[in-house]
Amino acid sequence: MIETSAELTKKLSNAVEKMPAFPKSVQRILELTRDINCQPKELVMVIEKDPVMTMKLLRLLNSAYYSFPKEITSVNQSVVYLGLNTVKNMALSFAAMGSLPQQNAAGFDVQQYLLHSLTTASIARILCQKFSKDDTDPADCYLAGLLHDFGKVVFAQFMPAEFREALALSKEQCIPLYLAEQQMIGTDHTVVGGMLVERWQFPKRLTNNISNHHNVTDADSTVLNCLFAANQISKQLSLGYAGDSIVEDFPPALLEFFGGSLQDVIVRLGDISQLSSEAQVFAQVGKGS
Amino acid sequence: MKLKFWGVRGSIPSPGEKTMRYGGNTTCLEVRSDDNDLIILDGGTGIFPLAQSLLKELPVKAHIFNSHSHWDHIQGLPFFIPIFIPGNTIKLYSAFDPISGEGPERIISVQLQYSFFPVREAEMKSQIDYVALMPNVQIEVGSAKITPILLNHPVINLGYRIDCNNKSIFFTGDHEPHYNIYEDGDSGYAEVQGLIEEQRRSIVKAMRGVDILVADSSYTLEEYPSKKGWGHGTFDSSIQLAVDAGVKILYCTHHEPTRSDDELEKVFAAALARHAGKVGDLDIRLAREGAEIIF
Repeated sequence: MIETSAELTKKLSNAVEKMPAFPKSVQRILELTRDINCQPKELVMVIEKDPVMTMKLLRLLNSAYYSFPKEITSVNQSVVYLGLNTVKNMALSFAAMGSLPQQNAAGFDVQQYLLHSLTTASIARILCQKFSKDDTDPADCYLAGLLHDFGKVVFAQFMPAEFREALALSKEQCIPLYLAEQQMIGTDHTVVGGMLVERWQFPKRLTNNISNHHNVTDADSTVLNCLFAANQISKQLSLGYAGDSIVEDFPPALLEFFGGSLQDVIVRLGDISQLSSEAQVFAQVGKGS
Repeated sequence: MKLKFWGVRGSIPSPGEKTMRYGGNTTCLEVRSDDNDLIILDGGTGIFPLAQSLLKELPVKAHIFNSHSHWDHIQGLPFFIPIFIPGNTIKLYSAFDPISGEGPERIISVQLQYSFFPVREAEMKSQIDYVALMPNVQIEVGSAKITPILLNHPVINLGYRIDCNNKSIFFTGDHEPHYNIYEDGDSGYAEVQGLIEEQRRSIVKAMRGVDILVADSSYTLEEYPSKKGWGHGTFDSSIQLAVDAGVKILYCTHHEPTRSDDELEKVFAAALARHAGKVGDLDIRLAREGAEIIF
């Protein structure tokens, strides 16, 4: 297995601290917090659509400092444990860092990335509701979907030259982006994403899902199964683009779990046009930032 | 153990003839362990008269536990005279603030900016130590054990349970019972409601069986709807907490600053009447500046 050096781990972890959030959420947080009577649930809706804000919030909540009786995996939980105003002020402090520029030196489109993350998250949640055979919380599937490719946006921000080469290699040779990243960067987004959430003491089940979302084996979890499938569906239907258009086939374990192929699951998923258009509005696809 | 109230008013000091009986100073409680360890809960303006009472027992070793960083709980700290006197030891304990990323040191440094206060931190001659507390992680002060509990207020607020030789006190600081941000029927409602109930159970458990509960009871039931989200409880929410936790004595505190003594007694009597016959052996009292209880 590929590992990152302690030095790189520290460098990227510190860098994420200064990483701005996505344009639409920054704009909405600034709007909402100007109104003293803003609806708390609207704030939650904005934060839980932004991978950077969600990551930063959950990072703090899962730090050893608060020692909550259980792991925190949703923005709703953070509101109950930390208090609405604290969450609001944290969102405001994230918003005050500005927003992620749409253009970066890696040539990685962050709005398309956000659209892919949001649709993967929402589809993973629906898959869990429809196919889960245990008591897995659909919110865990949403969170895993939202954050599964976080390593890519970190590469785009902090290792743009190497990531640019990986994106080009993946395209030229038609290989999955994570393999191209391994060649060009020496590690890949699953390792970096998993490493960050592990360092920040996110629940183990989330860490494993992010680390293994391109490596599904027989004995995997409902979250990972739903995440893997949702990721492929989002790519297959071109609901956003995170630098990788190669759709991976279901391994036997997933064929069994879903009782059919990727195409069968897409059919059983039903109409997702609303999910898709909501995500597009939030990701501001097509608009400049 | 001993408990003495030095400040029971909420929000802003409210001196004057209408608050003479219950007092106008903001929150400050003095707790003494059986071994006379000095534990101070909050440094509102009530800490100033407390400070003067301490000058006869120098050198002072004070353990000040701050519930949260709002003015009415910190404003007296720069006037805590022992902090200026060499040979004294002051330990200030509080939560870590997730917005600023700082702990109790910020409570002092923010107040001691030269434009706002004439003495700089470097000029404080006592030994000052800062301790950032972790929720649910108990620490010891002499013979007392103190457990911080995360409660609900616009900023991080720690309530404190103090146990000493089978006697105990719980002080809430400022606390509003959690409420659901969703409407019944919204998709997030059930999740949040479950969490709220779980939080309430853990808070009740943390208060379980204390001899004395000192609880934020700022508002009446009629006032509460327009103050929802401000981070304060009502007489009724405090009484309910005390009943559920099997508390012996409840002191209602954080009196609303515009409430006169007469009005305070009136709304308190009305709350008692609403709960008549439903509180078992619970003894419910109004916190009053200067009141002292040894138990």
